[in-house]
Amino acid sequence: MKPVFKRPRSLYDVPFHYCPGCHHGIAHRLIAEAIDVLGIQERVIAVASIGCSVFLYDYFAVDVLEAPHGRAPAVGTGIRRARPESIVFTYQGDGDLAAIGLAETIHAANRGEQLAVFFVNNTVYGMTGGQMAPTTLPGQKTTTTPSGRRVIGEGAPLKMAETIAALKPPAFVARVALNNPKGILQAGKAVQKAFRIQVEGKGYAFVEFLSACPTNWKMTPCEANRHVSEALIPEFPLGIFKGDL
Amino acid sequence: MHRLWPVCGDVSGYGDRGLALKMRKTETVSNRKLVKGNEAIALGAIAAGCRFYAGYPITPQNEIPEFMAGRMPAVGGTFIQAESELAAVSMVMGAAATGARAMTSSSSPGISLKQEAISYMAGSEIPCVVVNVCRSGPGLGGISASQGDYFQATRGGGHGDYRTFVLAPHSVQESYDLTMLAFDIADRYRTPVLVLSDAVLGQMKEPVYLRGYKGQEIRKPWALTGAKGRKARYLKSLYLNEGELTARNWKLFRKYRRMEKEIRYEMYLTEDAEAIVVAFGCVARILKTSIQMARRKGMRVGMFRPISLFPFPSQALAAMSNRVNRFLVCELNTGQMVEDVRLAVKPGVTVESHLCPGYIPTPNELFREIKKRYLASNP
Repeated sequence: MKPVFKRPRSLYDVPFHYCPGCHHGIAHRLIAEAIDVLGIQERVIAVASIGCSVFLYDYFAVDVLEAPHGRAPAVGTGIRRARPESIVFTYQGDGDLAAIGLAETIHAANRGEQLAVFFVNNTVYGMTGGQMAPTTLPGQKTTTTPSGRRVIGEGAPLKMAETIAALKPPAFVARVALNNPKGILQAGKAVQKAFRIQVEGKGYAFVEFLSACPTNWKMTPCEANRHVSEALIPEFPLGIFKGDL
Repeated sequence: MHRLWPVCGDVSGYGDRGLALKMRKTETVSNRKLVKGNEAIALGAIAAGCRFYAGYPITPQNEIPEFMAGRMPAVGGTFIQAESELAAVSMVMGAAATGARAMTSSSSPGISLKQEAISYMAGSEIPCVVVNVCRSGPGLGGISASQGDYFQATRGGGHGDYRTFVLAPHSVQESYDLTMLAFDIADRYRTPVLVLSDAVLGQMKEPVYLRGYKGQEIRKPWALTGAKGRKARYLKSLYLNEGELTARNWKLFRKYRRMEKEIRYEMYLTEDAEAIVVAFGCVARILKTSIQMARRKGMRVGMFRPISLFPFPSQALAAMSNRVNRFLVCELNTGQMVEDVRLAVKPGVTVESHLCPGYIPTPNELFREIKKRYLASNP
């Protein structure tokens, strides 16, 4: 019998702490698979950020530094510049990357840093219990937008992939979804490409994952997967915004 | 008779526990340069092997990033002008986590922003050097020298139960020497070290002996270098499991106790002194002239100058208060270091203060303050 699916070497054999139906586990697995495929596990230094994924070091069998909230791209910049032989990725949620860390996000991209930035967009602050994120959909109810997000006054969803793609230096910018097998296959290719760009010294890569947060969306995992297709993708179109697969 | 030290260009005059900075025979004009205090800090950092610098412009420390922008590429290092102080110090955190010697600098309002990553580095035990060329506050304050950041520097500064080692130069030579020392202490104790300069020291030019680095590079078996031939490792400051954080905080506390070995101070004309003036940084420098003036008038006055502000040289002050019972603290704020002096001296000792929040006193002003108090108790 030939195994067609197994746990990547770059992930520890431990259960994730994430909620049922959460997509963090899928994103972790895709990143670990890409690290294995490219054979870069010994070179990778990951930057964990603040949010549900802060425990990156419990899952990834690579060196990990825990960054202050929003500063992962700056921390990653320091690592990569001080140690150019390393392969550096950040893993950030929407609050971390698009709210408190927006300046670091834009400027690291605009310097064309040799970084792979993985952005988990689930339109909500997960770890703190479901508050409004910069990517929260118009009308979406969260604990801090109890009557639904109003665009004027509470803001429109920030389109990070499009924003990053508008800058000159980034080499690769993509938005993918993790709510069905087709999306996951596409996401896996995008993740590999992001690492390959850095291995080849071609600069900055950004991959946005549209992800489910069933707990804070107050949905079942299946409902949450449908919600990604029906509500998130129309607002955040999938695609390669810069570079190619 | 006491020798009266020349004030201008004074590179000696360090007391029994000061750094061994006395001029040596090997020193010639060739390794002597006329530089600004800020440049001396940058020169010291590069001499000590700092190969990563990230900063953000703010007066009066701009000479440091400007110097680094030119010099770092030449020595194979990295200079980055960051998008903010938050980003600059976070970049330093990343670089330092790989084991590189890394530094950032700013001035007071910018240092408030840097407290975020300083706290993270204290918690994650990542060594680095942070330079504060102090200006006045609160808020935007002003661009002249101040010591209003004494509490922020010596009490940790950011959130959480931590301290940073703090070194306060009082000359351009010391700006160079103490910056090199800062890297050694940072690595030895895996802690952020603060160099507390100020607008006067940063902007003033003096001859400096560029003696080169005599410290030692320290092995860093904790550094993040990629998990090659070893297990993956991580650096973090989050501890949620029961008892972990308590253990962590006590570990840091014990480390701060061990750092007391590194305490440094200068005693200036204190041997026969009946009264002691306590000051650090540029005030101490001005005060040396005032003390010479007082000595010429026959007043037996000396100066105690903490060089490490944390850990504070409390024991040395306590020992001194067995013999001297009158202390005067001069500082550029409304009374911060005076609290540490009061805590250090033995009960019953008089500790007065002359405070200059927002301006630089002249030697004459400090002399008058000394004279007024000295004559009141020695009529």
